[in-house]
Amino acid sequence: MTEPLIYELSSPGRKGVVMPEPDVPLAELPSDLLRADLPLPEVSEIDVVRHFVRLSQLNHAVDVGMYPLGSCTMKYNPKVNEVAVRLPGFAWTHPLQEPETVQGNLALLYELQEMLAEASGFAAVSLQPAAGAHGELTGVLIMRNYLYDRGQRQRTKILVPDSAHGTNPASTTMSGLTVVEVPSDARGNVDLAALKAALDETVVGLMLTNPNTLGLFDENVLDVTRLVHEAGGLVYGDGANFNAIVGICKPAELGFDVMHFNLHKTFSTPHGGGGPGAGPVGVTQELAAYLPGPIVALSETEEGSLCLPQMPSRSIGRIKSFWGNFGVLVRAYTYIRMHGAEGLRRNSEYAVLNANYLQARLKGTYPVPHGDRTCMHEFVAQGRIEGAEGIRTMDVAKRLIDFRFHPPTVYFPLIVPEALMIEPTETESKETLDAFVAALLKIAEEARTDPDLLHTAPHTAPVSRLDEVKAARELKLCAPCY
Amino acid sequence: MDYIPHTDTDRQAMLAAIGLQDVADLFADIPAAHRFPKLELPPPTSELEILQELQQMSEENVDLTHAASFLGAGAYRRFIPSVVNHIISRSEFFTAYTPYQAEMSQGTLQALFEYQTMVCALTGMAAANGSHYDGATSTAEAIIMALHVARGARRRIVLSPTLHPQYRAVARTYTQGMGLSLVGDDHLANAEPKALAALCDGDTAAIIVQNPDFLGCLYTPGDMQALADKAHDCGALFVVAVDPVSLGLFTPPGAYGADIVVGEGQALGNTLSFGGPYLGLFACRMEHVRRSAGRIVGETTDAQGRRGFVLTLSTREQHIRRDKATSNICTNQALNALAAAVYLSALGKAGLRQVAALSYHKAHYAADCIASLKGYQVLRERPFFDEFVVQCPHPVAAINRHLLEEWDIVGGYDLGQDYPELANHALLCVTEMNSRAEIDDLVDALSEVSEMKIK
Repeated sequence: MTEPLIYELSSPGRKGVVMPEPDVPLAELPSDLLRADLPLPEVSEIDVVRHFVRLSQLNHAVDVGMYPLGSCTMKYNPKVNEVAVRLPGFAWTHPLQEPETVQGNLALLYELQEMLAEASGFAAVSLQPAAGAHGELTGVLIMRNYLYDRGQRQRTKILVPDSAHGTNPASTTMSGLTVVEVPSDARGNVDLAALKAALDETVVGLMLTNPNTLGLFDENVLDVTRLVHEAGGLVYGDGANFNAIVGICKPAELGFDVMHFNLHKTFSTPHGGGGPGAGPVGVTQELAAYLPGPIVALSETEEGSLCLPQMPSRSIGRIKSFWGNFGVLVRAYTYIRMHGAEGLRRNSEYAVLNANYLQARLKGTYPVPHGDRTCMHEFVAQGRIEGAEGIRTMDVAKRLIDFRFHPPTVYFPLIVPEALMIEPTETESKETLDAFVAALLKIAEEARTDPDLLHTAPHTAPVSRLDEVKAARELKLCAPCY
Repeated sequence: MDYIPHTDTDRQAMLAAIGLQDVADLFADIPAAHRFPKLELPPPTSELEILQELQQMSEENVDLTHAASFLGAGAYRRFIPSVVNHIISRSEFFTAYTPYQAEMSQGTLQALFEYQTMVCALTGMAAANGSHYDGATSTAEAIIMALHVARGARRRIVLSPTLHPQYRAVARTYTQGMGLSLVGDDHLANAEPKALAALCDGDTAAIIVQNPDFLGCLYTPGDMQALADKAHDCGALFVVAVDPVSLGLFTPPGAYGADIVVGEGQALGNTLSFGGPYLGLFACRMEHVRRSAGRIVGETTDAQGRRGFVLTLSTREQHIRRDKATSNICTNQALNALAAAVYLSALGKAGLRQVAALSYHKAHYAADCIASLKGYQVLRERPFFDEFVVQCPHPVAAINRHLLEEWDIVGGYDLGQDYPELANHALLCVTEMNSRAEIDDLVDALSEVSEMKIK
């Protein structure tokens, strides 16, 4: 079941949407500037609709079935968010309008800043960053500039645990700093002895994901943040896993100095097939002057209180054009307001309950290296099955597709061989979780009795296993019809 | 309200399977002194209540469905065919994530492949990626890519002063830790291609211009090719920021020597949405693609030889290369790219030309009318597409206040904010959305305000 390319549906002279005739006199076009051809498709509107609807049917999505992709928090995306963002008053405001004419937007942004600050314990928030990695770059630059302003230019290193997302070291490099990896201990926490050994006056700080990518809450988190602070460094919190702890604890109270939020994870905004997301950054009072701007401040004027843009005094600068991913921010605002404090805490509780239930049901069949601990919103199993030695994680993952489940995150974190990182989220019911367990148990049985069924999976997807090596070697990045 | 489906019975059964008594027992690892803090948030609401509230909030804005607008400057009010919202509202698209499992994500992958093809078609380049966050961050990523192409040996970037001010600001934020010098944009005179070319030297990794530039000016393919040649003589890359709709009519940068093309793709089927989410266009020469950043979709075959699509060249990316990656980007703007692909398919070859031509004719009609008004002067040293600069008899902010209060018109962008030498100059934008009647109103309003004593 494959679909032709839109270019393959094209026929010379066929038209789709037609624009009106000009209602003004025609101006002369500058002939030396005109292009010769414009190789876009020529298709009718129904061609476009059927083509893209058919393509949509080749996708798995949260609205189709469970999507337990670890570290991505593929929870249900409420439909009310989509209605909210399409209100004309939001959708058709221009980012360069005078602030007095967009007070509704600015009030929403102001309140969202305040709500995120309250949920995390931070003093100030910038909504500019467009994604988690974008927030990381922002946060690392804030830490660097804060320390450099205090004459500590010898600080050039960022410590990153070996369990970290790849974005952490990549963001560090983009900030002009170097990465020093810190190992994990036997219980999956940051190795305190190694941390102590790595900390000195050349360290800007530590980037810590907590709960970490093993799905574990660092049991020594207060020691970790204290040690970094004693060495004169700062602690960055990667908020990718914040869905486990909203209303459970406030990162700022644990000693984090900066943290980004992934609104497309914790706060339910849809992932869009890869984006857009939003990665606001929260900081302590000491770092507030360094936030990227503009942020929104409440100002008392002659006409009453107004929400106005403000550039923090020592700002790292603008990290994105305009106001950030406003449409994503409207959705997150809607979600937080509907849940309130109790609802957000309940989400975290059930996200963690669901993950622990899956861990309990699966760990007898699939090894879970830290299965002796209570996990948070996710856990890391291994695609190693006793009595089926030729089976790898990728085989298990591809076979899951035949059961209509999106596979978990595979081969990450790197410190667990054959990793299967499973994050169910709070919006999956017990019945769905049980069906997922049943599929994985069935696959383990197939692995022993009919391993080829796994090696050649998927069997029911629109295509069978795709040749990634060929794609990289032959490199076809656009259709030949152009 | 929340979206949790569990019954009390479910919860008890699940806790029993885990071997715990209470949900609170799941959180024993959190330091007791900091466990379960009180969050001071507004009380929860129902869907009905929040929608009423949001409706009210949104109506506190002046929105451009109710006012005529001549504001552009990097974000554009354009017509969006109905099919665009229909397709991007398919939740098979918008509730999926990055297509890590290709066999289950062929819809997203093929749509992005088609998007890449259309970006190549528009820009005249051989390779395009699946998007960056916006035009500004695409520009910053182009700089980083140019540094990689130069293998870290070059530290200078030449920026045109008429590259969008926010793109230049973001480029500086991104690169502040890299020890670069970003030069050229401190004098408006450097907008002249010859002046910019003179700034390029052996340490230069890239020259970045915008065409049409921030002031609306179109540069000829000859001028641009000369600048490209100068960049290449110096061993630098030539980077061009574009307005994709202008490429419905005008020569693409691939035809005048560009190595990288970036741009803001919002105008291709995305609402203004107060500045985001937008779409960072990024295309380059095939020889540089392995040093580019971001998700790239490639064609391949499945085990049975059928065509299929996968994310490719991922060895450039952070999840594989970590601190050696070409960028930290992970989440991008895939849904906005989908909107652009649907938009370009629905309008097609003829439709995009029409959109561009309509904007051109209307903008020129407006410019001609305004040029005939007493007190106003339209700057026309170069040809323009759909934006142009008007020297005004009063401060732009004061004129705009009058336009909005008396005429329900959102006026142009005040260029004095970015260019001190352009105080009292407005950048006006006219698109296919502006009717002749709206333009005539603007002209009457400007005429009226010219006679008035305002500050």
